[in-house]
Amino acid sequence: MASIEISKVTKQFGSLQILKGIDLQIQSGEFLVLVGPSGCGKSTLLRTLAGLEKSDEGELKIDGKVINDVEPQSRSISMVFQNYALYPHMDVFSNIAFGLKLLNKPKHEIEHRVNGIANLLQISHLLDRKPKELSGGQRQRVALGRALARQNPVVLFDEPLSNLDAHLRSQMRVEIKRLHQNMKSTMIYVTHDQMEATTMGDRIAVMKEGVIEQLGTPTEIYHSPKNVFIARFIGSPEMNFLEGPIVKKVPWPEAQKPDQLLGVRPEALKVSRGPLGPQEVEIGQMQIELSENLGGQQMLHGIIENQSVRLLADSLDKFSISEQVPLKIDLTKVHIFDKKSGLNQRL
Amino acid sequence: MMKKALSGAIILLFSLFSVYPILYVVSVSLRGDNAFQSRSLEIFTSSSTISNFVKLFIETDFLIWMRNSLLISAVTTLMGLTLAATSAYALSRYRFRGRNFMLFALLATQMFPATMLLLPFYIILSHLKLIDSFWGLFIIYSSTALPFCVWQMKAYYDTIPRELEEAALLDGCSVWQIFYRIILPISSPALVITALFSFMTSWSEYVIAAVVLQDPELYTLPLGLKSFQASLGTQWGLYAAGALIVSIPVLILFIGISRYLVSGLTMGSVKG
Repeated sequence: MASIEISKVTKQFGSLQILKGIDLQIQSGEFLVLVGPSGCGKSTLLRTLAGLEKSDEGELKIDGKVINDVEPQSRSISMVFQNYALYPHMDVFSNIAFGLKLLNKPKHEIEHRVNGIANLLQISHLLDRKPKELSGGQRQRVALGRALARQNPVVLFDEPLSNLDAHLRSQMRVEIKRLHQNMKSTMIYVTHDQMEATTMGDRIAVMKEGVIEQLGTPTEIYHSPKNVFIARFIGSPEMNFLEGPIVKKVPWPEAQKPDQLLGVRPEALKVSRGPLGPQEVEIGQMQIELSENLGGQQMLHGIIENQSVRLLADSLDKFSISEQVPLKIDLTKVHIFDKKSGLNQRL
Repeated sequence: MMKKALSGAIILLFSLFSVYPILYVVSVSLRGDNAFQSRSLEIFTSSSTISNFVKLFIETDFLIWMRNSLLISAVTTLMGLTLAATSAYALSRYRFRGRNFMLFALLATQMFPATMLLLPFYIILSHLKLIDSFWGLFIIYSSTALPFCVWQMKAYYDTIPRELEEAALLDGCSVWQIFYRIILPISSPALVITALFSFMTSWSEYVIAAVVLQDPELYTLPLGLKSFQASLGTQWGLYAAGALIVSIPVLILFIGISRYLVSGLTMGSVKG
């Protein structure tokens, strides 16, 4: 375990400023997820921390020790790559053992550690196979094993699951999380998948155009997004944004200002049947356009005051296309954003 | 069916065209000296004998020429391989001032025929007092084969994913360890081709060797075989026997290293 401190780190490629003064403190043993759209600088930040890129300015510290000029091999950092990056001429055992051999560990210790990790990752039966004889999921497990074998205090993950299918991805997600609980290394995980971010991270740093837009626990970020970008990026299905007179139906002073947006997540929008609760407000009539059956729930797509909205309803509830239904919102779960600055007015 | 038979016949015909001259050399090597003038198309006759082979080893300096050729080819291959493998890696992986010029210059040297470079090479070697010395040939052969070898190795290195080197770096490798523990083993197909090219460049070369080497003790195989030609007559039987034996080391080398000549060595290392 090790704490990490990133202060005012910048990185430029040609005329493109990729990192614009990143400040980030990661506690020892924490699982931090860097999430953001493609090109936001999350992988560059990870590679800079690993020493694969040099930062232009700023300071990187591990356990209080500045590591800017420390070579990557001496930083005590392991990394799992998006494309596995397994050594093709070595079998699985040698791939996992490679780092330990370089540390001149005794043979029995190498065998003990590799077998332990192989058991943990359920790849013991693959130890004598070459990478080309493995499936995508098996290769990613080997890549994980290789990163964990050296027992470095910091492990970095650069979109490790993006090449796997949905089923395998959710399975590996749980396994990585379990590994973190067992090994207690400080882990930084890069992804563009907000679902991965919210399910895995102790904290999430949402990045956009080289800056960290918001840092917090998944719950904080989901329920208190700092701005429209984060509100839109985190959460699936995406938050609804409504404008015009409908915003003023929210009985808050911020909602009464001009040019405000009402942000409401699909699960906070409800078809109004029966009396309203103390924290509920009816916002108008929605015409149902489409219903998607998601199993236990259904996603209703409709139009309210000429604006598209989506809401989640029980799949057993019956709705018909073109039906007009009254909509209500739960005030504890809605947000008012300034249209120009995009900032959440209630934070 | 007809199409298959036709293509089979065409392949057979071309194979015969390729193989017959070799068989004919075998035939000449097994006949007497005047047998080259024979109009018979027979490969083996009742008078076939291995006397030319025996004579070649006992009465000529064939073994000395062979030793000289093996030494020169081995050193040239080793030098060429070492220089090409390392310099191509630098050209593939590092960006430095003059890199593009260097690559272009290497390519430009391939535009000139080797015979054109003969005179400058001779002048340089005579200044360095390397005429009539193996070192002269080591230098010329290595330097003429090197540009092609560098380009070939560089092209191969360019296909190796950088993530492999980054993974090795984080596993604790130094740059040198990455090169010999990761890059070189993966590059065996390119190394094999480069080695074969370097070896062949020097093994069968005649013109440069004829200019640089004057002492018969230092003759290489092509020079030695040429000495069977005289103004009044050529010992064709010996010549053919020598030519056949000359091809054996290349054949052995090729068979020996062909198992490394496999494609898709980086398969499975990264998501394709």
